[in-house]
Amino acid sequence: MQRLKIEDLQRIKEKHRAEFTLREGGYRAKVTVHMGTCGIAAGARTVMTTLIDEIAKAGLEDVIITTSGCAGLCAREPMATVEIMGHPPVKYCDLNSEKIKEIFKDHVIDGKPVEKYALVVGSETTY
Amino acid sequence: MEKFRAEVMLCSGTGCVASGTMKIKTALDEELKKRELEGEIKVVLTGCNGYCAQGPVMSVYPDEIFYQALTVNEIPKLVEEHFLKGRPYQKLMFKEPEEKLAIPSMRDIPFFKYQVLRVLRNKGLIDPERIEEYIARDGYQGAAKALIEMTSEEIIKVVRDSGLRGRGGAGFPTGLKWEFASKVQSDMKYMLCNGDEGDPGAFMDRSLMEADPHAVIEGMIIGAKAIGAHQGYIYVRAEYPLAVKRLQIAIDQCYDAGILGKNILDSGFAFDLEIYQGAGAFVCGEETALMRSIEGKRGMPRPRPPFPAQKGLWDKPSVLNNVETLAQVSLIILNGSNWYRSLGTEKSPGTKVFALTGVINNIGLIEVPMGIPLKTIIYDIGGGMKKGRKFKAVQMGGPSGGCLPEGLLDLSVTYEDIVKSGAIMGSGGMVVMDDNNCMVSTAKFFLDFSADESCGKCTPCRVGTKILLDILTDITEGRGKERDIETLMDLSNDIISSSLCGLGQTAPNPVLTTIKYFRDEYEAHIKEKWCVAGVCRDLCTFLIDEELCNGCGACLRACPAKAIIGEKKKPHRIIQDLCVQCRTCYETCRFSSIEILSAKARETNRVESVSAER
Ligand SMILES: Cc1cc2nc3c(=O)[nH]c(=O)nc-3n(C[C@H](O)[C@H](O)[C@H](O)COP(=O)(O)O)c2cc1C
Ligand code: SF4
Ligand code: SF4
Ligand code: FES
Ligand code: FES
Repeated sequence: MQRLKIEDLQRIKEKHRAEFTLREGGYRAKVTVHMGTCGIAAGARTVMTTLIDEIAKAGLEDVIITTSGCAGLCAREPMATVEIMGHPPVKYCDLNSEKIKEIFKDHVIDGKPVEKYALVVGSETTY
Repeated sequence: MEKFRAEVMLCSGTGCVASGTMKIKTALDEELKKRELEGEIKVVLTGCNGYCAQGPVMSVYPDEIFYQALTVNEIPKLVEEHFLKGRPYQKLMFKEPEEKLAIPSMRDIPFFKYQVLRVLRNKGLIDPERIEEYIARDGYQGAAKALIEMTSEEIIKVVRDSGLRGRGGAGFPTGLKWEFASKVQSDMKYMLCNGDEGDPGAFMDRSLMEADPHAVIEGMIIGAKAIGAHQGYIYVRAEYPLAVKRLQIAIDQCYDAGILGKNILDSGFAFDLEIYQGAGAFVCGEETALMRSIEGKRGMPRPRPPFPAQKGLWDKPSVLNNVETLAQVSLIILNGSNWYRSLGTEKSPGTKVFALTGVINNIGLIEVPMGIPLKTIIYDIGGGMKKGRKFKAVQMGGPSGGCLPEGLLDLSVTYEDIVKSGAIMGSGGMVVMDDNNCMVSTAKFFLDFSADESCGKCTPCRVGTKILLDILTDITEGRGKERDIETLMDLSNDIISSSLCGLGQTAPNPVLTTIKYFRDEYEAHIKEKWCVAGVCRDLCTFLIDEELCNGCGACLRACPAKAIIGEKKKPHRIIQDLCVQCRTCYETCRFSSIEILSAKARETNRVESVSAER
């Protein structure tokens, strides 16, 4: 990476904001697997690899998968968040590779959240 | 109380904040002021409404009108139409989607509803191994502002005015600490971060370093500028490999991007940062011991003064701050001290992160505004006690803290109120216990830890904690004596007043609080040889109440000592000579037929003809 100046911060911010809002990023969906120490201990890595396999199999290019830290509810790990463009994020908990396959098919591909595995819809209060 | 004509509930969920809630709030406040409506219309920030993709969203009460996709430019129009002319501003009105999901939204789930994320603002949102994602969420904007637009005095003033207090346990005002160090002249100064987190049960700092390492680094850069340091260390325990790895990646990225090293962001300011991996002794979390440890010596506290602000690492002026303290500094620089004070109380502003564990339904890492009652944390966020369990105490502050009883659940979580109760805020461990916990044993557990971790330098701490532990062991094993409680209290107070460092000064807290709030339990142990919780094996008898027992046989199958006899559907009995007091039967019985009596009851409740009944 080149050395940054203050203007660059703004530029990077604008550019990568797109990935967060999806709107301008050209992506249709984003899946975040929560990989803190407790998530990993609970099996987040298996969930992640399953997901990567599924995406490769389906040959999708408009879906990004990313990892992030602890989602805060250690007892319900592994957790993942699915966000489809134009819809609020849905958090899933107590995942395993079977469940994530189902979520991938119904929610990521067909756009229908899997209610039975979902914990909550929306995002946290920040202020 | 002021009466408002209408309330505007502006969403401050992560989604809406990312699409501009804060700018909308400023625009709204200004517009309402301009139209002299600020006394009539109240703007309140709320949690996520579940419409993040249409954000920022807001609803107006009592009209129950919902607006979406707000922009700063539309605000004057909206205020004019809705609040002056009294008709909804059609253009931004939101139509409810046809099919509603059956999945609850964050506002409907108490675990999320009562939390407000500042420190954990990027929790679960960014990839901690990519600096771009941190920057995308306003990362390094605070550092840029501090380095380029502000003087060291200005930085210190904002942090002082914000009232930020150190989250490492003692709650010392951060701005003041920085001011002391900034005033000392020296060729070399150090900015340090404490990521040792040695108290059992705590994992806040680990989580934060793993999930958002750049937030910690940014706080350190700002602190370094404030005090005039050009070298820094992050002290992390080696048992936190993922935290170490992610911090190292973050530091490397910063060097690449010109955010660490020489001439940061073209500001002319230089700051170098390294990780130091600690070996894991609890006492190394204490500031003077931590500095000795970085110097490569044995981590032992030394007397203060001189304070580290004068003579710290390698005898140079140094500031040490906790991970959570540092992670909020950039927010204060960006948003100002008044913003910071908008949550929390006068003396304890802002939010606090807690690691919530124990016999409650929602175990996890939470962040709440200070001043929130303990009750809300345990029963709403924590989801209450696990099924069928009864609340007994909440342990706060780990080995330096204390156990608070049910009667104190209305206590609000602030530094002052918690200290008054005899516990301490500590770094944020919170363990909820039920009536299966023996309070004497709990005190013993923590004393065992402290006696073990005492560095041995002070006699009162080294020997005193050992004597406390011995007395507690005697009490739990049936050798308790008449005046033991008084001895424990006197000795505790001696240790507190004559120990050098925080370890000794706080180690007796678990003993003192359990005596203060659960004295009857100590007395039952000592006088009646009775541990009511059935934890201390020498002080209890398990007995089946034959009136209540329906002979289901569950306990008989569960008992590892095969000490239970009885025929199906007839009352069962425990052969006291075989019983090893493991509690298994007690926890197995679904009909509450098993009682816990004092040790003496074993004699009077012998089951005689063992062979005959088998
Ligand atoms: C025995 C002992 C252990 C400590 N462990 C830690 C720790 O793990 N993390 C921490 O931040 N502070 C710890 N402290 C407090 C530090 O000495 C120091 O006050 C703190 O790091 C200062 O940061 P703050 O002002 O941001 O809270 C400990 C103190 C004592 C006496
Ligand atoms: S306490 Fe343990 S050993 Fe004693 S009767 Fe119950 S299950 Fe058996
Ligand atoms: S589990 Fe309870 S009810 Fe069942 S046999 Fe044992 S004491 Fe009786
Ligand atoms: S580390 Fe994942 S929820 Fe705590
Ligand atoms: S963040 Fe505002 S609706 Fe979700």
